[in-house]
Amino acid sequence: MNEKIQIQNLDLYYGNFQALNGINFSIGEKAITALIGPSGCGKSTFLRVLNRMNDLIPSVRIEGHVLMDKKNINDKSVDVAELRKKVGMVFQKPNPFPMSIFDNVAYGPRIHGIKEKGKLEEIVEQSLKLAVLWDEVKDRLNSGALGLSGGQQQRLCIARVLSVEPEVLLMDEPTSALDPISTLKVEELAQELKKRFTIIMVTHNMQQAARISDSTAFFLNGEMVEYGKTDLIFTKPHDKRTEDYITGRFG
Amino acid sequence: MKKVQRQEKVAWIVLWTAAGLTMGLLFMIIGYIFKEGLAVINIDFLLDAPRKMGAKGGILPSIVGTVYLTVMTLVIAVPIGVGAAVYLNEYTKDGRLTQAIRFGTEALAGIPSIIFGLFGFAFFVIVLRPVTGGWSVLSGSLTGAVMVLPTIVRTAEEALKTVPMTYREGSLALGASRWQTISKVVLPAAFPGILTGIILAIGRVVGETAALLLTLGGTILMPDSLFSGARTMSMHLYLVAMETGAMDMAFGTAVVLIVTIFIINTVAGMLRKKLVARFR
Repeated sequence: MNEKIQIQNLDLYYGNFQALNGINFSIGEKAITALIGPSGCGKSTFLRVLNRMNDLIPSVRIEGHVLMDKKNINDKSVDVAELRKKVGMVFQKPNPFPMSIFDNVAYGPRIHGIKEKGKLEEIVEQSLKLAVLWDEVKDRLNSGALGLSGGQQQRLCIARVLSVEPEVLLMDEPTSALDPISTLKVEELAQELKKRFTIIMVTHNMQQAARISDSTAFFLNGEMVEYGKTDLIFTKPHDKRTEDYITGRFG
Repeated sequence: MKKVQRQEKVAWIVLWTAAGLTMGLLFMIIGYIFKEGLAVINIDFLLDAPRKMGAKGGILPSIVGTVYLTVMTLVIAVPIGVGAAVYLNEYTKDGRLTQAIRFGTEALAGIPSIIFGLFGFAFFVIVLRPVTGGWSVLSGSLTGAVMVLPTIVRTAEEALKTVPMTYREGSLALGASRWQTISKVVLPAAFPGILTGIILAIGRVVGETAALLLTLGGTILMPDSLFSGARTMSMHLYLVAMETGAMDMAFGTAVVLIVTIFIINTVAGMLRKKLVARFR
């Protein structure tokens, strides 16, 4: 498997508080990497390093290197807009914009300069098909996105991310606000999408990590305790703390 | 009867009376004005120029003046007010500067309008006479804009605060710039709330008299440019009643004024409802 992202000695501070401590590992291309760990362990913070969403918080300081395709994403020469186009993000709570379904998906292409109507229609259709939402919404593309169910909204958000042709998908507990059936749909979708995209998913749900991910990283108190193939992590963890967590002794 | 039940009964009667009194007074005033004013209202009243200082004839120049002044005031105040609110809410962290600006707008909101009128007279009418033409629609709108700015800033800020953070994050995460996010996602989502501030501002301008007497002048003639004086319906009402004593004409003007405000509020309310319902 090719390595898409390499993280080298990553430290992250909120003011004086160190939220991430010496993270080192590599994320494989076209695979699902699950990040697990108890609340507040730094896994969401880590996810937001990868598309530089932490830039929005003024007190954040980052040390170490994050290489994507061998290029440091924190380098001054990196265009943040380009990086975020390449590294899409799906949030915990579905957050479609208060616009029509069409405009939600066309939003990304539009801000990146595509104006032609035919081209936009093509992108919207393709993205919705990729997100397995097309058949459910094709007859009402012009109605409001907020009228969709929670699961549909989340798949719409995935379609919105796919519309700008990313290479990496960051998913921050994408199913935590969804019912079991919608969760299953999003999981199936992730399985399908990993053929084309590199997916990194934060999850609280260990069954979910075990079900769908190829590799798993276990975070605890700002450190990455263990990283490896998912079946190994869940059957033969090396570290005592990993074992305690996956057997439900804390968390 | 038990004590609790008696209290309940008394409370109900007191509260009903208060509500009834409020409604009663409102209907009485509006009813009285319509009774006195409707007699003079006909198409000529709306479309004719006044004669004999307004004691006879129509009120067309004051209708035009009201619309002209209100539109110009909004043209000046809305971009500045919404811009200030966007800056305060989207571009700055809470700090001394934003606190100072917020304190300033709160203080401005509490100042009696005649003070703004006095300032407008001294500054826009006298000092800036070569630019504004003295008493003019421009001087009046500038004064009106200063007067309604705090209202617009505050309501726009409240509206921006109700836009969920997740909208902004969703947009930024797609690679949108801050300004793209604000102009394409945040402002449209906040628009119904901003509209509320605009309606309040319209109400204040349309109802204003004192500050405008000092800055708009109050000529009875039809305004023909930004630099000519004018009068609004409220001013016309006041001037006709005070200068000519033609109370029927004053009441007629009042009826038109009330109907105008009613129409503005209804249309704005419908627009707001439509905007809110658009995406559900």
